[in-house]
Amino acid sequence: MSSPQGEPYLRLEGIGKNFGTFTALRDIRLEVPKGEFVCFLGPSGCGKTTLLRIIAGLEVQSAGTIYQGQRDISALPPAQRDYGIVFQSYALFPNLSIYNNVAYGLVNRRAGRDAIRTRVSELLKLVGLSDSPAKYPSQLSGGQQQRIALARALATSPGLLLLDEPLSALDAIVRVHLRQEIRSLQQRLGVTTIMVTHDQEEALSMADRIVVMNQGVIDQIGTPMQVYREPATPFVADFVGKVNMLAGTVESAGRIRVGSRNFACASCGGAPGRSVRAYLRPEDIVARPIEAGDPNVIDATIDKIEFLGSYCLVRVTASDLQGQPLTVYLSLNYLSEMGLQSGSPLKLRILAERMRVFDA
Amino acid sequence: MPAILAAAQIRLRVHWSDRVGHVVLAGIALALAAFLAGPLIAILAQSVEGRRGEFVGLQNFIAYFETPALLDSLWNSIWTSLVATAVVVPTAFAYAYALTRSCMPWKSAFRTITLIPLLAPSLMAAISFIFWFGNQGVLKGWMQAFGIAQIYGAPGIILSQIFSVFPHALMILITALSLADARLYEAADALGTRRARKFFTITLPGAKYGLASAAMVTFTLVITDFGIPKVIGGNFNVLATDVFKLVIGQQDFPKGAVVALFLLAPALLTFAVDRIVQRKQTSMLTARAVPYAPKPSRGYDTVMTAYCVVVSLLMLAVLGMAIFASFVKFWPYDLGFSLRNYVYGIVDGGVDVAFFNSLKLAFGTAIAGTAIVFAGAYLIEKTRGADWLRPPLQLLALLPMAVPGLVLGLGYIFFFNSPQNPLNFLYHTMAILVLCTVVHFYTTGHLTAVTALKALDAEFESVSASLKVPFWKTFWRVTLPICTPALVDISRYFFINAMTTISAVVFLYSPDTKIVSVTILNLDEAGEIGAAAAMAVLIAAASLGACLVYLGIGWFVDRRTQAWRTSK
Repeated sequence: MSSPQGEPYLRLEGIGKNFGTFTALRDIRLEVPKGEFVCFLGPSGCGKTTLLRIIAGLEVQSAGTIYQGQRDISALPPAQRDYGIVFQSYALFPNLSIYNNVAYGLVNRRAGRDAIRTRVSELLKLVGLSDSPAKYPSQLSGGQQQRIALARALATSPGLLLLDEPLSALDAIVRVHLRQEIRSLQQRLGVTTIMVTHDQEEALSMADRIVVMNQGVIDQIGTPMQVYREPATPFVADFVGKVNMLAGTVESAGRIRVGSRNFACASCGGAPGRSVRAYLRPEDIVARPIEAGDPNVIDATIDKIEFLGSYCLVRVTASDLQGQPLTVYLSLNYLSEMGLQSGSPLKLRILAERMRVFDA
Repeated sequence: MPAILAAAQIRLRVHWSDRVGHVVLAGIALALAAFLAGPLIAILAQSVEGRRGEFVGLQNFIAYFETPALLDSLWNSIWTSLVATAVVVPTAFAYAYALTRSCMPWKSAFRTITLIPLLAPSLMAAISFIFWFGNQGVLKGWMQAFGIAQIYGAPGIILSQIFSVFPHALMILITALSLADARLYEAADALGTRRARKFFTITLPGAKYGLASAAMVTFTLVITDFGIPKVIGGNFNVLATDVFKLVIGQQDFPKGAVVALFLLAPALLTFAVDRIVQRKQTSMLTARAVPYAPKPSRGYDTVMTAYCVVVSLLMLAVLGMAIFASFVKFWPYDLGFSLRNYVYGIVDGGVDVAFFNSLKLAFGTAIAGTAIVFAGAYLIEKTRGADWLRPPLQLLALLPMAVPGLVLGLGYIFFFNSPQNPLNFLYHTMAILVLCTVVHFYTTGHLTAVTALKALDAEFESVSASLKVPFWKTFWRVTLPICTPALVDISRYFFINAMTTISAVVFLYSPDTKIVSVTILNLDEAGEIGAAAAMAVLIAAASLGACLVYLGIGWFVDRRTQAWRTSK
């Protein structure tokens, strides 16, 4: 698959989908370069799976065009597109052995028996399951079934790999383990991959870029860091990671007032007096180091400490901020060093430059 | 949005392999249109035509209501069906209750015994009751002591119907009663509820849809049955026998069509109610329900066992009398053992040919029916595209359940006997008997296939398409092997019903394609009731043999194709 420099491998132009009067997707535009790992992230019902199925040709878009490697595939049936897919249920053929499942797409290519055998064992080795080709899927664990489904999808060396919530049926430990495995496999093969997920942690840890979707539209496209640090909308800020929301007003260009305090903040504009909401991650409110005279230090009182292990989730009320509640992460060591508990006063420094401000 | 909506609808190009699926789908739709919709429309058309084919509006209906004899039949049909229903539903309910809600012993034996009536044509019960209570019946005196002068007529019809419909009602009620959530009973126990109150507040409401469905099905089966009133009805006329007399005897097609429509009406109503009921019943039980397991209770279990023993003995008495009478030398004067009835039936009655015809019909129906039904269900459930074709096809697949055999057979006469019909060449052939029987029993097979197919992962076809494997390869390598147990069930259902059916084929056979179940009617008419009994027993034996063969096939198929289910 050779594409000229700068030309995206997959391009969606103005994809829309209506089910009757319900609009599932509206004007979706996206470009995916070759070899990239993209996650569609969003709550259930946001249209991410529908979008994946449209790319696969399993649903038909109501409007828009899809190009894959410069080929217009908008009206092609699934069999004429070039992708491998792994479903949430894996959809392994239960009556066929592991070997036959993986070989399923190869047999049809009229490849020789030996070529098929070589390819299957290569794939089984790739997913780390070379020892049980004669078993049936029901004899494998969920994680193993997942890998077989992956091997089957990759068998024909498709240009595009589609993963529909591939990890959501697994238990937590296997899930975390498989995340990294899939990611490194994808990087080794360099296959352009789209994964649908509602698990933000999964998206942040695996993707090159994340497409955050909400109610049928794309809210933001960016690297995991961009999506986390610079959320484009309140929805993204809220959906990805934990966030504190503070009500305030614009003091002047570049300054925001919250309660009795005001902070320098680059993303804050508009006419003075306009009410806004400032979004701030818990880790952007720190307890140390605090230097005397720092303008962004506030006084707060601890309401509640939720023990999470080495870190604690601490809920505080900031008297300087009109008593608005804040959540911060404090290390267990710091809490015990300072003898902090519910009701204790403490000083916190706000990293105001990290604040994201949106209209109220 | 209007701007987007105004743009031309985007449609995927159809892959050539999908095109193959659409062609087969269209073929099945066309076949159902020709062999189901066509005949039904022919009946409707016939009912508003005069004898020379002119349009007469509702004239035939008016004429019907002005014929007192025919009106009597209508009333007779209704009241006998109501009485039979009123007896069957409570009896079957108690029996089903014993099977599902008690810890009585020998449950599977009790269950198997009640399935016996399904192995023979319904009229076997009528023949048996003639031997019990007929003019020369063994217990005629007992019956007369109850003030019933003779069995021929309403009493015989009702008794025989009760026997032959019992398994149908029982199966529905067993299903309804096994859908119980144990947590409701535990909650009631925790609140100290007494047994009777639990029955009226939990059990009965839980089974109400099943009861409604059983009542409707029973009523419809009884009112549309032809064999029993023909054999034991005497001078007591009902709708089903009227149709036969009008069409075969008097060649009065228009009036026959009118009566057929009266038979179609309750069946259609039952069908509609049943669909609604089933939807409600399945939604009642959530996935989290805990299945009810009865606890032993000596007194109660004994009562239930006693009840089932009585009912089973009555069933065995009916079957046993038919078998006994079939081997008797000369009823009622010489009860010695003899094969005379069999010899007479087979040699003089020409049953040897008919028996082979029956087997041909049964095999043909089992093979063609299973293939068509499964292909149809698969293409409807698992393929994409040709969406306009699917709703009408689904309707056509469900409709046969609502069409009594008698009505279907009559429709076939009207439709295929017409010289203008290009399919006229089928008339009087074995092929039309097979097709008619397939259509007659289509729905149950279809629903079995759909249930089996719905249990498969919906994404198998998507995965195959992404791997560029055409759908028939996946059908052959995955879908079909997984569904073979269902295929065996469907095929057995077709086989047994083809062996025992009378109502539709009685209009369609020719001297060359006469089948055993029909020869029973002829023997009975000729007064050879012993031979008639013998032939009914012969059918039951053949059906039983078929069941055993299917059991073997099922076992073999399980080993060959279902190994993946058990291997751990």
